[in-house]
Amino acid sequence: MSEEAKHSEHEHHIVSPKVYGAILVALLVGTALTVWASYVDLGVLNPIIALAIACTKATLVVLFFMHVKYSSTLTKLTVFCGVFLFLTLIGMTLADYISRAWGQW
Amino acid sequence: MSTNTIISLPDQSTARVPKVNYLSKENGILSWLLTGDHKRIAILYLISLSFFFFIGGALAGLIRLELLTPQADLMATDTYNKVFTMHGVIMIFFFLVPSVPATLGNFLIPLMIGAKDLALPKINLLSWYLYMAGGILALYTMVTGGVDTGWTFTTPLSTHYVNTNVLTTGLAAFIAGFSSIFTGLNFIVTIHKMRAPGMTWFKLPLFVWAHYAASVLMVLATPVVAIAIVLVALERTIGIGVFDPTKGGDPLLFQHLFWFYSHPAVYIMILPGMGVISEVISTFSRKRVFGYTAVAFSSVAIAVFGFFVWAHHMFIMGISNYAVIVFSLLTMLVAVPSAIKIFNWAFTLYKGSITFETPMLYAFGFMGLFTIGGLTGVFLGVSGTDIHLTETYFIVAHFHFVMVGGMLMAFLAGIHFWWPKMTGRMYPEKISQMAAVVTFIGFNFTFFPQFILGTLGMPRRYASYPPEFQILNVFSTAGASILGVGYLLPVLYLVWSLKYGAVAGDNPWQATGLEWQTQSPPLTENFLKTPIMDHDVYDYEWLEAQKEKEVASAG
Amino acid sequence: MPDSHAIAESAHETAHQAGHEHPSYLRHHFESVEQQADATNFAMWLFLLTEVMFFGGLFTAYLIYRNWYYPAFVAASHQLSIPLGGFNTLLLITSSFTMAMGVWCAEMKKKSGLVLCLVLTLILGLGFLGVKTIEYSEKFEKHHVPSYHYSLNSFLNPDSDEAAKASGDKPMALDMARHTEVYFSLYFAMTGMHALHMIIGIAILGFMIFRAQAGAYTSGHVTFVENFGLYWHFVDIVWIFLFPLLYLISRH
Repeated sequence: MSEEAKHSEHEHHIVSPKVYGAILVALLVGTALTVWASYVDLGVLNPIIALAIACTKATLVVLFFMHVKYSSTLTKLTVFCGVFLFLTLIGMTLADYISRAWGQW
Repeated sequence: MSTNTIISLPDQSTARVPKVNYLSKENGILSWLLTGDHKRIAILYLISLSFFFFIGGALAGLIRLELLTPQADLMATDTYNKVFTMHGVIMIFFFLVPSVPATLGNFLIPLMIGAKDLALPKINLLSWYLYMAGGILALYTMVTGGVDTGWTFTTPLSTHYVNTNVLTTGLAAFIAGFSSIFTGLNFIVTIHKMRAPGMTWFKLPLFVWAHYAASVLMVLATPVVAIAIVLVALERTIGIGVFDPTKGGDPLLFQHLFWFYSHPAVYIMILPGMGVISEVISTFSRKRVFGYTAVAFSSVAIAVFGFFVWAHHMFIMGISNYAVIVFSLLTMLVAVPSAIKIFNWAFTLYKGSITFETPMLYAFGFMGLFTIGGLTGVFLGVSGTDIHLTETYFIVAHFHFVMVGGMLMAFLAGIHFWWPKMTGRMYPEKISQMAAVVTFIGFNFTFFPQFILGTLGMPRRYASYPPEFQILNVFSTAGASILGVGYLLPVLYLVWSLKYGAVAGDNPWQATGLEWQTQSPPLTENFLKTPIMDHDVYDYEWLEAQKEKEVASAG
Repeated sequence: MPDSHAIAESAHETAHQAGHEHPSYLRHHFESVEQQADATNFAMWLFLLTEVMFFGGLFTAYLIYRNWYYPAFVAASHQLSIPLGGFNTLLLITSSFTMAMGVWCAEMKKKSGLVLCLVLTLILGLGFLGVKTIEYSEKFEKHHVPSYHYSLNSFLNPDSDEAAKASGDKPMALDMARHTEVYFSLYFAMTGMHALHMIIGIAILGFMIFRAQAGAYTSGHVTFVENFGLYWHFVDIVWIFLFPLLYLISRH
């Protein structure tokens, strides 16, 4: 079986525990950071920073815990598709809600 | 491509139904209910889908019968609401969405790409069980009082104002949705990972491309309606306030979420049908599909554009004027890939060696009716005319032209086209040609008057109407009875042909797909050895050469 | 795409020609173990896409109402406990780590390590649900459950409420205060849906621990562990977004 693992270039890339540990630390730091940032008044930046941290954390999980960094283009494309459509759903729905207030003409 | 090929369909008198095939491999009801074979699951789907189709059809018959007279005299108006709701729910969730993918797609995709099965056979079987669970639940709600929200479950009607079986019907749609997700997921994985050696993306039959595009929609759009249904259920049971205006929720949000699925859903319904038409037109014109790449990409384009147009169902519902403009313009985009398909099919016919077997007749029906349905869609996509025409019979006629005139014609074309492959026997040609013509006539009689009714202003969803609309409604009802005959006939002669039909042989149509290069009905493993795709797709010259080789070796 | 596929194809071919024995877990319709692993992995990713869109509907709803009723959302979010929520985030992130380590153990064929990781993941998951139960029961006590004797007291009269007082909330107009119910509707819908995914995950984890003890995943066939790992990480990601959106709207 181990000999077989060599055949496919992406499937069995084994991420070392060190990387996992580093990601864990980064995620915990990110959590602390986002809690701290929420107590600081940054005005309009507050939600942006909170989301930016969340996105960074999510990206780390996707890239390393979920091995996307080492996966095929297809997997990367799949993830991209999901994110894109998620943003489409939110963006285009919000487009309606935002412009409702602009009123009639 | 030689344009003057003399078509000689193979002599079927010497053909035998092979003793070993997927139907005869195992016997007994359990071998069917626990099967992992995509072909058997397709047959299970075909039987159950037909069952639901005729239930939905009977409900349609009731609707037309009620509308024969201006008064609400056949049934109470409440009952009428329930009848058209159940007609919509059953036809959409339990017939149109799974129709071609779950039967023909299930049966053919592995055969066409040269695989032994779908990637996930157990998930495939699970999706059939989910479909059945949803279907039975829907029937249960129908006999225990029904539901009268319309198939759209529009809030706040569905959450606050009606006291019918919204929950169970919603659950039925939810479950059917997962069945559809699993089918789509299975197709995508199969098409990506299971292709035979040499089967590159641009050698895939257009049927497979169309299913790929539809599967993407199934996987990505269905969960959004699932969460919308969950929220409706929570609102009805617990009373959370997401869609409830009295608590600050927005009922329109439900429609956004609902149509985010249900608009792509119409492409889930029509795209596989377009795939069928591509195959049929190519085979019976003996020509490679004109503009193969354009047709392939137009399927994908329809799927992609399909995600950006959903709010055109909500033009009069109170969304912002600016959103109306944007969605109206985006809606026009969808016309482009649809037109690409129609034009390319027409060019495929040009100088082809056309013959008029039943599948081809249905395909012609599709092209004409779908074009009318599509063009009237433009009227509805333009917000100005939409405000006049929406919620009238114009809409009803429009989507029946696309769904019944388009999709159902394609479904029947596909069933007839691949019937020899599925069963090993031919359907009777003459009577089925008649059925195709009867369907076409009946369809136009039923639905064309509804365009006129709509422009005259007859609103949909009412059991009664002003007397001046009666003549056209009588036309429509009369047409529906012809249409009913057109749909019953295939059931009768197709069942008859199971035993008495002529034996088909491997490739009765002289089609080029890989599915025709194996025996009919196929083996459980589909192919004796994994096929190698060493020729181009729709390569009729290759097929001719193959035949000559066979004759030479036999001689 | 065609290129990488062609490479994969040829890899299968060579594997075949090497004439190795088919392992028992290779299903009949696949050409090779790689194809099977590839296909199931891709299928799992597609399933996660549906999950993304499933939660997408909830996030859309959340964003709309947050913009409409921002003051109500701020006040209502003050009713959630950051220590509890933060602790839960900690638990879930750590469980994601142990899950990732579990996949590593499976790949390295370390059976006891795998079982340990799975058990730890299970415990951390249960811990998360336990904390969630505490949080939920507090909501019931304070009548912050939508349409279940829903009480506006904490928002109309923040001085009477410890959490509201601590964050220095001002009394709200009735009209805006009523919309805290929308916040809690979404709170329960989103965290409830997330918790449901956790429960399903924990059930599968329990099943996996038994199978792992029997050595099912440490003989080279790690697909199931890997795919479950993907699911578990996805659930983690959902929480990574839920935590700032629900708990940390505005604390200053």
